Amino acid sequence: MRVSETVATAAPPTVDARLREIRRVAIVPALNEEHSIGRVIDELRAFDPGLDVVVVDDGSVDGTSRAAAAAGARVLRLPFNLGIGGAVQTGFRFAFEQDYDVAVRVDGDGQHDPAQLGRVLEPVLRGDADIVVGSRFASGLPSGYRSSRSRRIGIRLLAAIVSRIVGQRVTDTTSGFQALNREGIALFARDYPHDYPEVEATVMVFRHRLRLLEVPVEMRERGGGRSSITALRSIYYMVKVLLAIFVGLFRRDVVPREGSE
Amino acid sequence: MTPLSVSIAGAIASFVLVLVVLELIRSRRLRERYALLWLATGIVLTVLSAWREGLNTIAGWLGVRSYPPAVLFAVGILFILAVLLHYSTVISRLSDQNVLLAQRLALLEQELHEAN
Repeated sequence: MRVSETVATAAPPTVDARLREIRRVAIVPALNEEHSIGRVIDELRAFDPGLDVVVVDDGSVDGTSRAAAAAGARVLRLPFNLGIGGAVQTGFRFAFEQDYDVAVRVDGDGQHDPAQLGRVLEPVLRGDADIVVGSRFASGLPSGYRSSRSRRIGIRLLAAIVSRIVGQRVTDTTSGFQALNREGIALFARDYPHDYPEVEATVMVFRHRLRLLEVPVEMRERGGGRSSITALRSIYYMVKVLLAIFVGLFRRDVVPREGSE
Repeated sequence: MTPLSVSIAGAIASFVLVLVVLELIRSRRLRERYALLWLATGIVLTVLSAWREGLNTIAGWLGVRSYPPAVLFAVGILFILAVLLHYSTVISRLSDQNVLLAQRLALLEQELHEAN
């Protein structure tokens, strides 16, 4: 009795029965995260041992690929840095071509806690959404999330603009903590924005009439490395993203056909 | 003072540039990242052409007394230089990446060949 109890608490939380029947993959973009990538992969496995983990190494100059492979993940090593958008899309293309039913996206720096994946996956598994985004701000409570002032203002401003455009309250347009069903994977495999992609992607999702939901999550301090976004760059990104959003609104054919680029 | 016809022609031409750039982005023939400098060029030239006193004042600062629209040329040339320089860095990066891709492909082919 005693022994079995110990085993039960030590064992990972039971995997959702609905998960066991589908092909599922975790896409983990990583840039110079050799110190945190192993732990992220272990935590993903702890959440769901049957989850295939694909690390997209976006041209790291450290041992990210090696650490990821050692932790048992599949590694897609890009020959040079494509930027977060190109890296993540590599993962979506992989998921699409390998016929995965559900994909989750978790950053390689450890700020997304795989233990909260159940919350992010739930609406996709229930069939209520095509894309679910884990939001730092959806709960309305002051979150433990800390970052530079300019960045927080930028995030809020973008959220307000995007909410206005899509006609649904969106609180965190820069979160990369996501779960997608087959339709979501197919859309992003075909077309995904380049830098600071989540904002444009949110608008794109609505224009394709896919259903997007936000669920509240807590994010952690970054495990290692440093954010690729500095203060001056965020201004450039703001201008670029706003331009992309507004011009994108005038596109009729939202997603280009394969090979037309 | 700048002749009115010069102001009108300058403003129209610069504004058309802005529209063309926006259309190129919309039709996905130009990425936002490479369009920003062009847009800045178009917007600054449109403003300088249309805002006649402003152009005069700036010409005064620069000591251009005889023909204020010369400032339009100067600003236009500066922006074109900036765009060209930017493209030179972009081309350099692309050719580096191209070399890397070719090398990776050769290594991969060799590996594939040995595996068979």
